[in-house]
Amino acid sequence: MTRDEALFEFLLRLGDNTSILSHRVSEWIGHSPVLEEDIALANTALDLIGQTQLWLGLAGEIEGKGRTADNLAYLRDAWDYRNLLLVERPNGDFGKTMMRQFLFDAWQSLMLGKLLASSDPRVAEIAAKASKEVAYHLERSADTIVGLGDGTEESHNRMQAALDDLWDYTGEMFISDEVDEVLATEGIAPNAASLKAEWEELVGRILTDATLTIPAKSYAHKGGKSGVHTEHLGFILADMQFLQRAYPGASW
Amino acid sequence: MYAQMVKTSGNGVKARDEMSDNERAFQDRIDAGEKIEPKDWMPDDYRLTLMRQIGQHAHSEIVGQLPEGNWITRAPTLERKAILIAKVQDEAGHGLYLYCAAETLGVSRDELIEELHAGRMKYSSIFNYPTLNWSDMGAVGWLVDGAAIMNQVPLQRTSYGPYSRAMVRVCKEESFHQRQGYSIMLKMATGTDAQKAMAQDSLNRFWYPSLMMFGPPDADSVHSEQSMAWKIKINTNDELRQKFVDQTIPQIEYLGLECPDKTIAWNDEKGGYDYAQPDWNEFFNVIKGNGPCNKERLAARVKAWEDGEWVRDGLLAHAKKKAARVAAE
Amino acid sequence: MSNEWPLWEVFIRGQHGMSHRHVGSLHAPDGEMAIKNARDVYTRRNEGVSIWVVEAANISASSPSGKGPLYEPSNSKVYRHPTFFDIPDDVGAM
Repeated sequence: MTRDEALFEFLLRLGDNTSILSHRVSEWIGHSPVLEEDIALANTALDLIGQTQLWLGLAGEIEGKGRTADNLAYLRDAWDYRNLLLVERPNGDFGKTMMRQFLFDAWQSLMLGKLLASSDPRVAEIAAKASKEVAYHLERSADTIVGLGDGTEESHNRMQAALDDLWDYTGEMFISDEVDEVLATEGIAPNAASLKAEWEELVGRILTDATLTIPAKSYAHKGGKSGVHTEHLGFILADMQFLQRAYPGASW
Repeated sequence: MYAQMVKTSGNGVKARDEMSDNERAFQDRIDAGEKIEPKDWMPDDYRLTLMRQIGQHAHSEIVGQLPEGNWITRAPTLERKAILIAKVQDEAGHGLYLYCAAETLGVSRDELIEELHAGRMKYSSIFNYPTLNWSDMGAVGWLVDGAAIMNQVPLQRTSYGPYSRAMVRVCKEESFHQRQGYSIMLKMATGTDAQKAMAQDSLNRFWYPSLMMFGPPDADSVHSEQSMAWKIKINTNDELRQKFVDQTIPQIEYLGLECPDKTIAWNDEKGGYDYAQPDWNEFFNVIKGNGPCNKERLAARVKAWEDGEWVRDGLLAHAKKKAARVAAE
Repeated sequence: MSNEWPLWEVFIRGQHGMSHRHVGSLHAPDGEMAIKNARDVYTRRNEGVSIWVVEAANISASSPSGKGPLYEPSNSKVYRHPTFFDIPDDVGAM
């Protein structure tokens, strides 16, 4: 695998993560528990769309076939998508949504922290912009986890259920493959496995404050990074891509 | 507009010699253009009318998230998606500013929400119509926000300070809403045949309901003279509706679309367009609950509120625990 | 409504060293969350602003100036909170 091939794959992973997660988060707008959350979640969704445009935009440039961020987002089928399975998980209740957000934010903030030092200046530049936003996302989602985990008995139970449900989707974040190896060698991006210890420490601290228990047994569902997704992604894309697919060639 | 049918009081405006000293002094302040602030003396009717009008204005913004929110996940490009999310987010923000203004009158946001969910307070009729194609995002921004702006700009001069300040903030943010709607219409109207047909379809469905937003004709309206005297209402329904029509017809022509009202004709004498009234029976039916989306809109808001109760309670409980821990140190 | 989130007044200092200005209010369970909410609602997350939040109930306010019937002698809170006003069913024909 060449450097550019690996980089293209990696950028799709980053951009598809933010694209699908933003899509999920945006489903809450107008339906959140409180007005201030509608506004905050909208900010998160907006930040993630901005990051999607940057990552997928650069991906298209690297690929060199003239595909724009929109082309990549709206005209690839699920088997070409490279996001983590975690971000396509259904929203569930608010607790599940925020738990998914927190587990991802923690990973994303560590990843972006490493990418600030990427040997590819374009990657470093995007990481610099995104990391400010993600630092805020993490602050907010971590606070929510603690607030709800250590809230009422009901909120605690729901957060524990959310953690139990999503934990098996976090392992995928740290599974390295050839893409990671090539990029680590080039100094462009860290090896996926190298983030694990830090992530576990960060997440463990917050979950302890939240009085939540990490599941004893875990399994790492995977496949997203190689295009083998859960049944959910197809429905997400059917929604997202409908207009572009039904009216091909139209300009919006 | 948000007091589409609010009666101030049954009996029209009081004559000065029938007013108490307080009422007269109050009216003098209003006539002099002074702002009334939360701690000032005010007639009960003034307070209650404002509570209802501002509250319903707030409810309209919140419910108004839903018809556009309906298309967020289906927005056809990343850019359009971002713009639509930002617009709906603004609506949430406007609701928030307005609830805060209403709260200065002695009611809480939660109480107002309960009134809405129980059906005792209403929201603008327009949000009971469905959004059926992407062009509707254009029509809503262009026509619905356009009508709202027409009403909100003069309300910046309303007599109640917190409401007036909320309107100033809202108007500043509103400027991009109508433009984004019109830009969608333009793109659609000059696009493929299918897109143009969608744009025409949107206009066909949203024209008359937008006219209804201004409320029934002045001749048929419940007494709004008191609201006008108190500067809670600045223009009459017909004044605003005429202004809206006059502003919008050239915009329709520019798009190369046809107004569904085939009787539109320029009237030199009045310096404006003659236009056909919407079907006011439809309006009253929608207000009564028979609009296409009344049940779904309210159900969605009630569900969000009820499903979210554990979240609000959880975060509040945590805040109390934190405070207790700090106090114990 | 004992589980209502309290009301907070929000004051923001813009970027160029001016005083804090009152920009509006919002609801939050405590001061920390009020600041986060204020950041999301009133600044759309501009960097470098300073945000103060005060629980509305903790603000003491002067009475409106002026004599006679418009003068409220008590040194009360920012908002006059009279006894609870029911929104009567018959206000408004809706």
